[in-house]
Amino acid sequence: MSTPATAESPRQENLVDERLVFWYFVAALTYMLISMLGGILMGLQLLRWNPLPISEYLSPGRWRMVHTNAIAYGFLANGFLGMMHWVVPRLSLRPVLDKRLSLFIFAAWQVVVLSTAVGLLLGEAQGLEWGETPVWIDPLAQAGLLLVAINFGYPIIKVKGPMYVTLWYFLAALVWTFLTYAMGNFVPQYAVTGTAAGAVGGLFIHDLVGLFVTPMGWGMMYYFVPILLKRPMWSHGLSLVGFWGLAFFYPLQGIHHFLYTPIPMFLQYGAVLSTIALEFVVLTVIINFVGSLKGTGMLCLSNLPLRYFYTGITFYFLTCLQCALQTTMTFQALIHFTDWVVGHAHMVMFGVFSMWILGMMTYLVPRLLKTDWYSEEWCYWHYWISAGGLMLMAGDLILGGLFQGWSWAALQPWDKSITVSHPFWAVRIVAGVLMFLAQVLLSYNLYKTWQKSPLRLGDETLTNVVPATT
Amino acid sequence: MFESKSGILLVAGIGFFGLAFLSNALVPAMMYRHLPEKTVKELVNGNLRYQFEDLAQRYPDAFKAAYGEPPEDPTKAELWYNEKCAESLTIGRKIYTGEGCWHCHSQFVRPVSNEDRRWGPVSKTWEYQNELQRPVMFGTRRVGPDLSREGGRRSSDWQAVHLFKPVTLSPGSPMPEYPWLFDGAPDKPNKRGLALLTYLQWLGSWHETYPYYEDYEASKILPTPKGEEGPAAEEPAAEAPAAVETPAPAAEAKPEPAANSDAPKNE
Repeated sequence: MSTPATAESPRQENLVDERLVFWYFVAALTYMLISMLGGILMGLQLLRWNPLPISEYLSPGRWRMVHTNAIAYGFLANGFLGMMHWVVPRLSLRPVLDKRLSLFIFAAWQVVVLSTAVGLLLGEAQGLEWGETPVWIDPLAQAGLLLVAINFGYPIIKVKGPMYVTLWYFLAALVWTFLTYAMGNFVPQYAVTGTAAGAVGGLFIHDLVGLFVTPMGWGMMYYFVPILLKRPMWSHGLSLVGFWGLAFFYPLQGIHHFLYTPIPMFLQYGAVLSTIALEFVVLTVIINFVGSLKGTGMLCLSNLPLRYFYTGITFYFLTCLQCALQTTMTFQALIHFTDWVVGHAHMVMFGVFSMWILGMMTYLVPRLLKTDWYSEEWCYWHYWISAGGLMLMAGDLILGGLFQGWSWAALQPWDKSITVSHPFWAVRIVAGVLMFLAQVLLSYNLYKTWQKSPLRLGDETLTNVVPATT
Repeated sequence: MFESKSGILLVAGIGFFGLAFLSNALVPAMMYRHLPEKTVKELVNGNLRYQFEDLAQRYPDAFKAAYGEPPEDPTKAELWYNEKCAESLTIGRKIYTGEGCWHCHSQFVRPVSNEDRRWGPVSKTWEYQNELQRPVMFGTRRVGPDLSREGGRRSSDWQAVHLFKPVTLSPGSPMPEYPWLFDGAPDKPNKRGLALLTYLQWLGSWHETYPYYEDYEASKILPTPKGEEGPAAEEPAAEAPAAVETPAPAAEAKPEPAANSDAPKNE
């Protein structure tokens, strides 16, 4: 398998709309900040302090939904779309289908995310976790995903000969994301009810992670890690195992979100088994990435973007290991409904995928703006505060979840489980504020970098002659 | 196949997704096809009607502002109450979803972790086969208690005060306040407030054991009601005393819907 670097062929400035990549990153970071504010508001509410008891539009319950949705559709989606605009034309040697369509998608997606947030704040949520998007926005979002699939699918389909690993993931993810969104937002609302709707809802939450975020994330890793290491992946066979294992086992697990519900037991066991099976697949992927480091292990400490990537990979290993354990009926009896799950979710969404996207931004922003970061030291601070804050939060919530579970099983009065949780919630808010401050620092760094960028100082022309260094 | 576009697109992209959808979504849907989905109107039962008319009596002005006056004719009034009750349930469910109640309160009792002792009977599929479970409200996290057996357990007055300012009744509760469901005071719920109260009282009202009280806690609480009066005395005047003394309509006999049509004596 050849390395993804493109030698001669078309000039990259004809392939990539770098301005658009940058816009996507700015949008992503904006939603990240908004989302984290929502998280902080809910975190403070758990400590019995609502700093903004002014209006129903600032209700912590509604902002909690903005928190999760802004991360999924605001931060992750925008980050990935920006990244795909950089990666897909490079790997397929073709620009996306239509640059005007790209601009339209960018604008339309921001409308979708913003109206989702507004709808949630108006109390219009749909009763589906991570799919709270009001029902009147769903068709719009669905159409947007179709356009995304067409725009990026075109250059990928046109590739002659074998495709690089990254494109397998992207091609599949374009289809999966569209199907997942349709399944989750329409089926339990209009087609099935009750327990069966629960099964679909479980599939939706799970597939959104597994068939949208995960393949996008791994596709990104398979592209950037070899470039930064200046060598191919260790094993092509393991790449194949990783992709096909994910494709087969991941969609089968949705029901493990609703164990011990009235959903038929054999389906619950099936979901548990495929979750454990996936853990072995994950192991092959981890081995492949660690194997790729062979002989240059120190690079993932000295090279900052690589450090983000391998931190994420480590967290990925941890979350998946945790997954294989917590999905068992024994664990579920104790930890379901507790903060353990919340800690797990933060470790996946922030520790893995957000760290990857942030690392990718750290790498790409100087190339997009044609200038070094305003402060490299701030980048290091951002890394440490983000990673440290996340470790604190995840560890704290996972531990707190155990105490909650035990207090419930012991039939303690309910308020005792709240009392027990308080210290953990207090630590969590500290961790959350730290993580928020890290993103503020990154955003400010980005702003200062943009200020000294030749793109801004000169004329903001789209076709810049300075070639990127990849 | 493993590296070809068609393999990835058709087998991995569509094939595996379809297989999972078939086995994990269509199978349960087919298995429960003999359980018909109830409409909201069919969900109005005697227990709920009692609570709904109780709302009309407790908050006559608010109720009148929200739903108008029932017809004079008892038979028509009977239908009118059923209709308004269904309407109230629908709005209530929308508020329950929109306010994110379901992110901190679950609606299912598991057969493990002593949950049937704390909450009541373990949840069954038929309980969820209705329009108000689109999408299903299983929930995801329990910061607060499970609510699937909440109906009838506490009076609507208790629920109203609790929604208005939770710490008055549950000291130390991290639950947010919902003053926008009221016109300034806990004894003045607005239309949304009445709807959410109806929805809360509906939860579990279909069950044989309604209203379900925590059996393990009752024995602990009963000897000390006097001591508990202290904090409760700070509640607004309209508040009924304590949860244990909730007017339990189904305790002796389940009221027939027809028997209730004379209940609304607003004037």
